[in-house]
Amino acid sequence: MIERPESAVASIAQRNLEGYVGFANLPNQVYRKSVKRGFEFTLMVVGESGLGKSTLINSLFLTDLYSKDYPGPSLRIKKTVQVEQSKVLVKEGGVQLTLTIVDTPGFGDAVDNSNCWQPVINYIDSKCEDFLNAESRVNRRLMPDNRVHCCLYFITPSGHGLKPLDIEFMKRLHDKVNVIPLIAKADTLTPEECQLFKKQIMKEIQEHKIKIYEFPDTADDEDSKLIRKIKEQMPLAVVGSNVVIEVNGKKVRGRQYPWGVAEVENGEHCDFTVLRNMLIRTHMQDLKDVTNNVHYENYRSKKLAAVTCNGGVDTSKTKNQMTRSPLAQMEEERREHVMKMKKMETEMEQVFEMKVKEKKQKLKDSEAELERRHEQMKKNLEAQYKELEEKRRHHEEEKSNWEAQQRILEQQKLDASKTMEKNKKKGKIF
Amino acid sequence: MAATDVDIFSNEEKRNLSLGGHVGFDSLPDQLVSKSVTQGFCFNILCVGETGIGKSTLMNTLFNTMFENEEASHYQNGVCMRPRTYDLQESNVHLKLTIVDTVGFGDQINKEESYKPIVDYIDTQFENYLQEELKIKRSLFNYHDGRIHICLYFIAPTGHSLKSLDLVTMKKLDSKVNIIPIIAKADTISKSELHKFKIKIMSELVSNGVQIYQFPTDDDAVTEINSSMNAHLPFAVVGSIEEVKVGNKTVRARQYPWGVVQVENESHCDFVKLREMLIRVNMEDLREQTHARHYELYRRCKLEEMGFKDTDPDCQPFSLQETYEAKRKEFMGDLQKKEEEMRQMFVNKVKETEAELKEKERELHNKFEQLKHMHQEEKRKVEEKRRELEEEMNAFNRRKVAAETLSLAQPLKKDKDKKN
Repeated sequence: MIERPESAVASIAQRNLEGYVGFANLPNQVYRKSVKRGFEFTLMVVGESGLGKSTLINSLFLTDLYSKDYPGPSLRIKKTVQVEQSKVLVKEGGVQLTLTIVDTPGFGDAVDNSNCWQPVINYIDSKCEDFLNAESRVNRRLMPDNRVHCCLYFITPSGHGLKPLDIEFMKRLHDKVNVIPLIAKADTLTPEECQLFKKQIMKEIQEHKIKIYEFPDTADDEDSKLIRKIKEQMPLAVVGSNVVIEVNGKKVRGRQYPWGVAEVENGEHCDFTVLRNMLIRTHMQDLKDVTNNVHYENYRSKKLAAVTCNGGVDTSKTKNQMTRSPLAQMEEERREHVMKMKKMETEMEQVFEMKVKEKKQKLKDSEAELERRHEQMKKNLEAQYKELEEKRRHHEEEKSNWEAQQRILEQQKLDASKTMEKNKKKGKIF
Repeated sequence: MAATDVDIFSNEEKRNLSLGGHVGFDSLPDQLVSKSVTQGFCFNILCVGETGIGKSTLMNTLFNTMFENEEASHYQNGVCMRPRTYDLQESNVHLKLTIVDTVGFGDQINKEESYKPIVDYIDTQFENYLQEELKIKRSLFNYHDGRIHICLYFIAPTGHSLKSLDLVTMKKLDSKVNIIPIIAKADTISKSELHKFKIKIMSELVSNGVQIYQFPTDDDAVTEINSSMNAHLPFAVVGSIEEVKVGNKTVRARQYPWGVVQVENESHCDFVKLREMLIRVNMEDLREQTHARHYELYRRCKLEEMGFKDTDPDCQPFSLQETYEAKRKEFMGDLQKKEEEMRQMFVNKVKETEAELKEKERELHNKFEQLKHMHQEEKRKVEEKRRELEEEMNAFNRRKVAAETLSLAQPLKKDKDKKN
């Protein structure tokens, strides 16, 4: 079922007024302003040719949208599925309505209908895109709302059930636009057949989890009853007619058969009146609101998510990102990045410091080693010197000793030779 | 509208069709109204005026209820904004009313910064709305709109002219919010003085270029009343919640020894006019102006500040996707650059330090070489000395040996001599 937005429940101070203030007039002010502004509505009709789409539009709006001056799409030759829009301005009771009818000639008419829904989807998306771009401009002007507010899907009155094409189309479009399925040319079904057909269709819709447009619950009891009645009659079986026939003195729109007249606006003949009342008189505004608050927001968030997350499919992250605007998202990413860089910076600093410390330590160590070796060598040298000194001293000592000895010996010799000479002289020598 | 806008939005032919009967879409305004009523309305009033000028009393009188209020002292450090929200209901209409008071306005000795908190508050409300509007998943219909729809500016009843604080403040606010100036405590001014006072005030506002809110005259139903009311600005009001018996009625009034000032008597003051204009006739227009004019102006300035443009240099309109993608690319590029810069800085730092350390290493190496040389020198010297010593010792030994052999030979000679 389509999710409905819930109004916020405020928990603020309640006050009772003790006299006339006057803001009960607000709704009137709103009324006046809205009439001045005028209204817009875009209605799309989809279905195979010959199901009476154009006729139904004419009947709904009691005008000749498709007249001989503006022939309907059915009279045009179509090779592929077209999407055509016609804008008309209608006035009633002082209220101006710019009505855009979007027709899809060629839908389902080809032999191979695969992707015949694509032009429809493209059209709806392009209107949403236009609105999104207009909404996102810096200079915004009054934005015309060309989004498709309602899609009437025409089901062939086979009496059996939905066709695969019907199911496929509705499945693809139910989350892009409000889909209201209708049984076309309902005057080919008897009431009992119609009932069975409706039941079958609703069963299939539920089976395939197709979300068709749901009527909102109202607080008003009477309205609720009406809504419940309408819900039971879904999908609505409609008959349209461009021809006015006289029946019992009254001029009515209807289809003349040999066996009688099928009146368009007769509640017992078909659900046309229900459709018109629901679509135009009671729920037009709601259709616009659901389009704006649900379908368009869906489109927008998908589009913006694609832009921000660059198509990333990380669901845990995206949930968080959804609550921000794309710019806030970029801000967040920027902050994360700054933090990451800070962390990286500190890490790199740490590594750097560590390496520097290491190297410095190594240098210190080799310096110490150097010192040590130098000390050692010095010590060695000193030892050697000392040794040498010792040796020299020893040697000098020896030398002086020996020289002293020699001198003594020499002296002795001298003395001896002197005495010998003396003795010789004395004739001691014979 | 710019030419391009017109082209984009209404280039399709629209046919006027006449209807052959009653279709029923004239109920559209009713559908819209019933939806609004179910949703409830929201209205935010900002009251700017000196302490004690009667702001709270006027609010109580306007809305016929007692809102909470503590009397403010005159000794606030600065202006402080005090918003309070109330839920009111009249017949089937729910109104979420927020009254924002400016506490401490006009009390400080230096009032140059007085307007700032007010402007900031208004901007914050716009900013919050803008942020909500820009979110990916947003819920605008649920959003409690805090944007100020009307600023009631309370003018002190001096009878002469506007104070400079008034002019400065109103000038700062006029592009951000709808301003309705009112003369407070109007029961202190006589009718003739009042008339002159009003003229003086309006002419001062005009000559200073202050844009106050004009009641709209483009809607047929209210043109007359609005244009006549425009001439009565600024409204001279009296507020009172006390009830006094006048004749056989009990009315809200202020009782003086010389008479009773009736709040709802139009010949006594303009209270009824204010109530008519503010609440009964133009509430919706005030809300619309705030959204369509003041908020849009804020939004436009903000987006332009952020670098958004509507057209690229070739004057082709940007699509939203392109804009965001361009921004994102720019943003990513920015981040990349920052990262690169940081890395580069590091690389440089590393290079520097490496060079330093290498230098140190080289020095050490040199020192080492030097020491080695020195040591070798010393070693050589030692070696030389050693050799010298060796030689000397050798020489000495030779002498010794020579001497010994000689002395050995000598005794032989002696013996020989003896023999002879």
